[in-house]
Amino acid sequence: MLNKKMLMTIAFALIAVALPLVIKAPYQQHILILVLIWATMGTAWNLLSGYAGQVSFGHAAFFGVGAYSAGLLTLHLGLSPWWGLILGPVMAMLVALPIGAIAFRLRGPYFALATLALGEIFRLVFLNTTNFTNGAKGILIMPAITSKVFYYYVGLGMLAVTVLVVYLIVHSKVGFYLVSIREDQDAATSLGIPTSLYKNLALLPSAFFTGLAGAFYMNYVAFIEPNIVFNLTNISIMVILVVMLGGVATTWGPTIGAALYIIMGELFRTTLGPANVLVFGVIVCLIIMFLPNGIAGELDILKRITQRKKAGLSGGV
Amino acid sequence: MSFFEAKSLTKKFGGLTAVNDLSFSVEKGEIFGIIGPNGSGKTTVFNLISRFFPVTSGEIWFQDKRIDALPAHEICKIGIGRTFQVVKPLRRMTVQENVMAGAFLRTGSITNARHRAEEIINFCNMDNYKLREAKGLPIPLRKRLEIARALATEPQLLLLDETCAGLNPKESEAAIELIRRIRDAGITIIIIEHIMKVMMGISDRILAINFGKEIALGKPQEVANHPEVIKAYLGDAYA
Repeated sequence: MLNKKMLMTIAFALIAVALPLVIKAPYQQHILILVLIWATMGTAWNLLSGYAGQVSFGHAAFFGVGAYSAGLLTLHLGLSPWWGLILGPVMAMLVALPIGAIAFRLRGPYFALATLALGEIFRLVFLNTTNFTNGAKGILIMPAITSKVFYYYVGLGMLAVTVLVVYLIVHSKVGFYLVSIREDQDAATSLGIPTSLYKNLALLPSAFFTGLAGAFYMNYVAFIEPNIVFNLTNISIMVILVVMLGGVATTWGPTIGAALYIIMGELFRTTLGPANVLVFGVIVCLIIMFLPNGIAGELDILKRITQRKKAGLSGGV
Repeated sequence: MSFFEAKSLTKKFGGLTAVNDLSFSVEKGEIFGIIGPNGSGKTTVFNLISRFFPVTSGEIWFQDKRIDALPAHEICKIGIGRTFQVVKPLRRMTVQENVMAGAFLRTGSITNARHRAEEIINFCNMDNYKLREAKGLPIPLRKRLEIARALATEPQLLLLDETCAGLNPKESEAAIELIRRIRDAGITIIIIEHIMKVMMGISDRILAINFGKEIALGKPQEVANHPEVIKAYLGDAYA
């Protein structure tokens, strides 16, 4: 069973590595890179919100801080924006510390609302501190490397590390504790789980990898402004939809969701003209209605049922 | 000093005194029952011991350590486990995973936790259900799962909150049998129960409370015949 899973992962990894050799058109390669960025963010969001159940509507804050860390290094210090790949995630984590301290006092919908507000606060602060951030004019950099294939492999490495780290966290004691907190915080406390500590153990890596995705975005797209990288709908909400589509609290759900979401979005945009958002919205609604656990989530449930049948234990979900 | 001791425990919710100057002690290996009519403050006592509520005044001692200022999650670490009257299963986790979540308190390794969980699931006669998601379990099994999960944290003192409520006589019989086996395994138990028959059968001593105050304390038979207890349950006319 384990071997089969590993073989599948290796096979997919090989396909991912070989992909740019097959797909050569720059536009299609661009789509692939976007998929990698969204898959990374989705995987990071999934740790905090999917596994630990602390639904964040403010991940744009971490994404934006990561992107701006890279951008500001170049703007003010003239350093290569690639240093942002180190500074960005660290800054996102530093920002996450006070956010956690404030928002983890709240539960459920109140936590979600607090993160939503925090994300918006960051957008407004970056928009209005024009001396430091250039405000709405944004930051434009001249990328030293223009080869899409290069960005694809950097992005792939970023996603691989993110998925691996999240996988290791989830499949350890910490992961069990995070899911316990999601399922019932009082029960978790009664089992001796320090809930605030463990929520932070989910938040910090989540912020780290979201910040990393942001810094990579700055390098790749080469232009950012607060309304893009701190955007509520296009970043914070979209990352939620990506994960819901692929499967909340599953290893590959966010990646599957990102691929479907980006590719569907682009397909509709180029073929359906002005109706694309409407059609896209309807499809997202249908998927949420009929596959409430996302694509990877539904597959997991099927697998569990067959496993139990095989073991000859009593049925039911 | 006693194994467990509550001294002048008081809890006020605004103007309402839920627990009023309550003192009792529990000896090692005992099954100590707490009874009382609805709203008499039984569950509040548990919530005070397990630190879900802060005490207004009074002291709680466990194994010569004062514990009424510890954070809630530490209580389990020092060896006091609890179940909830309104069961709180980790719904989308399997029975095995629920119990593992408890076992992780004493180990960091998945293999050890799984092994420990297997033993406890077996002890609680839940082998057939170990891969079932907790949300699909009927009430008797959910109650049993509460106990299994608490046992996995390896408590020395177990607080059982209405383990037999909502069970039919046969299921309740099975629950009592399990509670006895837990005691025989060396775990001290404080149990809250509504059903007098259950309490009479298993408790070594019973504390009866009403309006948060002690009205009787002693052997089951003494408590059952105590006029204050009869008054609290049946009214003045019967006392």
